[in-house]
Amino acid sequence: MDFLADTVVLSRLQFALTAIFHMLWPVLTTGMAIYLIVVEGLWLRTRDKNYYYHARFWAKLYVLNFGIGVASGLPMEFEFGTNWAPFSQAVGDFFGSVLGFEASMAFALEAGFLGIMLFGWERVPPIVHYFATIMVAIGANLSIFWILSANSWLQTPAGGEFVDGHFIVGDYFQAIFNPFMLNSVLHMFFATLETSLFVIGGISAWYLINRRHAEFFALSFKIVLAIAIAVTPLQLYIGHLSGEQVYHYQPTKLAAMEAQWETIPAGESPSWSAIALPNDRAEQNDWEISIPGLLSYILEIKPQLSEPVIGLKAYPPEDRPHQIGMIYYAFRIMIAIGFILAGLMAVSVLQWLRGKLSAEDLVRQKWLLRTWILSAPLGYIAVECGWIVRCVGRQPWTVYGKIRTVDAASELPAGNVLTSLIAFAIVYSILFVFALYFGSRIVSQGPNFNLPVPGENTSSDFDTTPAKQIPDSRPAEAQQ
Amino acid sequence: MEALDNFLPQVWFAILALFLFLYVMLDGFDLGVGILSITASSEERRSILMTSLGNVWDANETWLVLMGGALFGAFPLAYGTILQALYIPIIVMLFGLIFRAVAFEFREHANTKLFWNIAFGGGSFLAALGQGFALGAILQGIDVDLEGHFIGGTWDWFSLRSLLVALTLIQGYVLIGSTYLILKTEGELQTTHNTTARISAVTTFIGAVYLTITTPIFSVSAREKLFDAPLIYIFILIPLLGALLIFLLLKSLYANREAQPFVWTLLLFLLSFIGLGLVVFPYIIPTQITIYQAAASPSSLVFMIVFIGFLIPIMLAYNIYNYIVFKGKVVGERY
Repeated sequence: MDFLADTVVLSRLQFALTAIFHMLWPVLTTGMAIYLIVVEGLWLRTRDKNYYYHARFWAKLYVLNFGIGVASGLPMEFEFGTNWAPFSQAVGDFFGSVLGFEASMAFALEAGFLGIMLFGWERVPPIVHYFATIMVAIGANLSIFWILSANSWLQTPAGGEFVDGHFIVGDYFQAIFNPFMLNSVLHMFFATLETSLFVIGGISAWYLINRRHAEFFALSFKIVLAIAIAVTPLQLYIGHLSGEQVYHYQPTKLAAMEAQWETIPAGESPSWSAIALPNDRAEQNDWEISIPGLLSYILEIKPQLSEPVIGLKAYPPEDRPHQIGMIYYAFRIMIAIGFILAGLMAVSVLQWLRGKLSAEDLVRQKWLLRTWILSAPLGYIAVECGWIVRCVGRQPWTVYGKIRTVDAASELPAGNVLTSLIAFAIVYSILFVFALYFGSRIVSQGPNFNLPVPGENTSSDFDTTPAKQIPDSRPAEAQQ
Repeated sequence: MEALDNFLPQVWFAILALFLFLYVMLDGFDLGVGILSITASSEERRSILMTSLGNVWDANETWLVLMGGALFGAFPLAYGTILQALYIPIIVMLFGLIFRAVAFEFREHANTKLFWNIAFGGGSFLAALGQGFALGAILQGIDVDLEGHFIGGTWDWFSLRSLLVALTLIQGYVLIGSTYLILKTEGELQTTHNTTARISAVTTFIGAVYLTITTPIFSVSAREKLFDAPLIYIFILIPLLGALLIFLLLKSLYANREAQPFVWTLLLFLLSFIGLGLVVFPYIIPTQITIYQAAASPSSLVFMIVFIGFLIPIMLAYNIYNYIVFKGKVVGERY
């Protein structure tokens, strides 16, 4: 248990834990914010109350996630100073200012309008409320822009030079729009959207399979599916582009993702390892199942490699990542989930084209609904796997090729970090359990159709079950 | 050129001071209400206290995030050194903020409120305690080498004096929280918090007086600065104004005014803040590293002014709008 006395390892574990936990919440809120814009917009356009109740119902899950997201995001920012002081001091000129931009442009906007979005329905005119919802979504998604810009800069530092270990920015725009930035931002944007879509779709499917408010949730199911038609294939393509960039810019990470120990020269068409048991000490895979000729298609969509794939053994052990198995499998799980979700989308669209997505037909297709329910957590798993590939694969560097992780960590007593790490682990486990518990409680309670609709006076009195009254007012059915 | 090199760090010192002040003022009443919730005599009352914050707490915490980001970008050296030195109080504050943030939603959904009541009240207290110790430790100085890197010990931040700063800050938060509740509530609840405001006004005053008198005794650099003209006049003026404000505050409390106590408390906060700012300036890591030594490169500072500076009025505008939308007494919110 040597690592218990190693501050660097403990700080890494703590950062990984806090990042993995934090990621769970904004993934849903940023993606769901876009869905909320859609349903509130549909309500304003059609004045169909169901869209309004969708906005209200999903906002409950939104705010549950938002609170934990804020709470778990704060430690991320402060950990750069507490646990990674040398890193902060070396690159703060750029990295810190980007975090400042995120706070001022993105987080402030989201938090500043969230109050109105949640509680302001009866206090501001509908159009102002809609504006607030849009600002919340813009704020959330701008966070993706800045955070991914900052993280991409760690992967492909650009726009300045290191003088005595201190990064001096030459060109801010080059630094912000560093080589990885655009693809990474898009990949994360679609990841949050896709995850949220399948969470909303999965929960809607749960209601459908239980025949609760079937008409109501068939609506969200279809909205989600309509957006997923574009999102799932695009995400696969952007994921491919991101992989291609790793191939060009981060050879050690690519080699780890593929558990490739030997260098493959350009012009070959090597096999792709599908399952393997990487052995870091022996510098080989103890066994593997591979598919001939596939690697160049995966990397470049070409029959032959146009540049070599440099194997891990080409680098001295101190210059390459060591958790090869973790990186290798995280990468494969992420890709598999991307294809599963795209496939589920395709099958569901097929059913739609066959005219089988009306609420009555849907509730009978138990296999389809069950698949959606089981797919609800997959987006989260893919996102976490993606971050593991991205940041564990970047090791031993904090700033790729420039600052080593061992040099980036604060010199703290190991006991302090161990204590805070254990505290984070305990507190976050408790919060995770309660979030699931309260989240499922919100779902099992279902939407509250007694909320007053802004602009309607009589609405708070009706108490008929919504399933009975919805079919009367459904122009939306025809529109789709 | 040298004038510019000096000017930019000063601008950022001022911007950071603004963010910190907004944070201490806004999250101050947030945390204060949280601490007061421990004393709430019924679940209904506690619900009202929490509802009074429901729409603003996250927006108020923005200023802390913003201050962190701006300090990180504008004074990277200070960011690393101070946070590393204050590892324990910062972690305590973070856990406090986590507990209270999740309590808002979790309590709403829970059948048994007790656990989340403790999380909310206790979390608010922990956050304030961590911030108080951090402030106290910064005021008493942080041990650094010539390059500004931390060389002190893990428990350097703890001293009787930083404990006193922490307790005073907690009293201040309770005071501003009480006056906020006077503004936002009615009836018995309002009367209760008129009482808590009176008590905390006195305790805050005692702490502030003690700290003001002893600062020149404990801090050599402060002493040198304080007894130099023209600053000495300001430092004579500040305690006098403070005493006047306390008098006005207590008077408005005894006259059962609704808005005045909050305003006087805000001015008290502002005054203390200006006083602390003058004691600390031009140091960013007291008592050795100045803002000029710790500043990022001029191009970074300019770039950040362009990107963040022009957003400040916009951020202020929509935050003020948020307060206008929810002005008036707390009513039960459904969502």
